[in-house]
Amino acid sequence: MTYVRRAWIVLWKDVLSERRSKATLNGVLFFALLLLFLFAFALGPDRERLAASLPGVLWLGALLAGLVSLGRTFLAEREHGCWEGLLLAPGDKSAIYLGKTAGNLVLMLGVEAVLLALVAVFFNVDLGGALAALVPVLLLGSVGMAAVGTLFAAMTAHVRARELLFPVLLLPTLVPVLLAAVEATAAVLAGEPLGAVGAWLTLLGAADAVYLTVGVLAAEAVLEG
Amino acid sequence: MTGEPLVQAQGIRKVYGRRRVLDDVRLEVRGGEAVVLLGPNGAGKTTLLRILATLTRPTRGVARVAGFDCVAEPEAVRRRLGYVGHGPWVYDDLTALENLRFWATLGGLRAARDDLRAALAAVDLEAVADERARTFSEGMRRRLAFARLLLTRPTVVLLDEPFAGLDPRGAKWLERHLAELRARGGALLVTTHSFGRGLAVADRIAILAGGRVALDTPVGTLGADDVQRLYELHAEPAP
Repeated sequence: MTYVRRAWIVLWKDVLSERRSKATLNGVLFFALLLLFLFAFALGPDRERLAASLPGVLWLGALLAGLVSLGRTFLAEREHGCWEGLLLAPGDKSAIYLGKTAGNLVLMLGVEAVLLALVAVFFNVDLGGALAALVPVLLLGSVGMAAVGTLFAAMTAHVRARELLFPVLLLPTLVPVLLAAVEATAAVLAGEPLGAVGAWLTLLGAADAVYLTVGVLAAEAVLEG
Repeated sequence: MTGEPLVQAQGIRKVYGRRRVLDDVRLEVRGGEAVVLLGPNGAGKTTLLRILATLTRPTRGVARVAGFDCVAEPEAVRRRLGYVGHGPWVYDDLTALENLRFWATLGGLRAARDDLRAALAAVDLEAVADERARTFSEGMRRRLAFARLLLTRPTVVLLDEPFAGLDPRGAKWLERHLAELRARGGALLVTTHSFGRGLAVADRIAILAGGRVALDTPVGTLGADDVQRLYELHAEPAP
C-alpha cells in the first residue's frame, strides 16, 4: 500500500506542478500547433494524400511533442536538489519511476487530445467515427512512449549532453511502438474495426509490458546512478 | 551524557579523478552528541556528509550510520537519517504544505494535515503554509527543509551549512531544535563556517584540513576566539 501511495504522490506532485506552471504544456502545445501547420502546408489539399499521411502526422506530432515533454521529466528535481530527496527517500525506487511515468502519460494524453482536435481542424477530417477505436491505440502507444521515455530521462538527467543523448537513445527504442501505433491508427482511420488490428494492439501491449518491466527493474540502478 | 556511536567514519578516502579530497578521515559521533565540522572551502566537509548520507560512495574506508554500513545497507541508513544539504528540496509550484506532504508521503509517513501544519508552525511558516514556494526567500526554503526533519524525527541528522541564509531568529530556532534532538539521544553532525553558531550547538568541534581530521576536541570552555585560533593553526597554511 505504501508503494502505491508513494507512486501516487509523485504523480500528484507532477500533475499539480504542471497544472499550475503549464511550463511544459504551453511549449508542447505550441510546438504541436506549429508542426501541424507546417504539415498542412506541405501536404496540400489532396484528400487521398492527406488520408495516407494522417496516421504518420498524428504520431510524429505525438512523438516530437513527447520528446520535448519527456526530456523535461526530471528538470524540477535537478533545479532544487530534489534529486537527492528522491534518492534518500526510503523504499523501492520503482514507485518513483511509476509515478513519473504516470505523470508523463497524463501529460501526453492531454497533448494528444489537443493534437486530434487540431488534426480535425487543419486537415478537415471527421474523426468522430474512428474516435472510439482510436482511444485504445493512442493509450497503448502513449504508455510505451512514457515508460521508455521516463527511464531514459532518468538515465540522462545528469549527463552533460542530455539534450542530444536523450533522443538518440529514445527514438530507436520506440520503433516497435511507433510501427504498431501508426499501422493500427491507419487501419482504424480507414474505418476498420478494432478487432482487425488485434495483432498491432498485441504488439503494442507486449512492448508496453516489456518497457514497463524493464523500467521497474532498472529504476533503482538508474536513479541511484 | 552520550550513548552508542551513531556516526562512524573509519579511514574514509575519496578521490575525484586525481584529486584526493578525503584521506583517512576518522570521526565518530555518539548518540546525544553534536559535532561541528569546520574547514576551509574544498576541505571535503560536504563530501564527508554526502558519504555518510549514502549519496556518494567512499573510494576506501567504512562509513556507518546507526550501526549500518552506508555502502552495503543504504536503505537501513536512510530510514534513520535526516539530511539537509545545499539544496532545500523545494518544488516551486507546490505550497509549503504540499511540499511537506510530498516528502512525508514519499518517505513512507502518514502525516495528518494537523501534523504538517504543526511542523510548519514550528519553523515559523504557518502563515505561508498555503502559498507557493516560488515566492519564498532562501531562509524560508531552508526552514521548510528543517520542517521535514521535525516530521520524520530521525536518529541521525547531517546538516551542511544549516545557518546559511537564516536570519538571527531562524538561527536561534534551529539551535533550540538541534538541542532538543540531542536531548532525545540523536546524533548530530553539522558543517559551518560560523564559529559562533557552531559553538552554540556543538559538544565537539572537528577541523577538516588536507583531507584529514586535523583536530577533534571537546568544546568545553572554548570561546569563538579560541576556535578561530585553532582554526588558523590547523586549517590555514602558514604564509
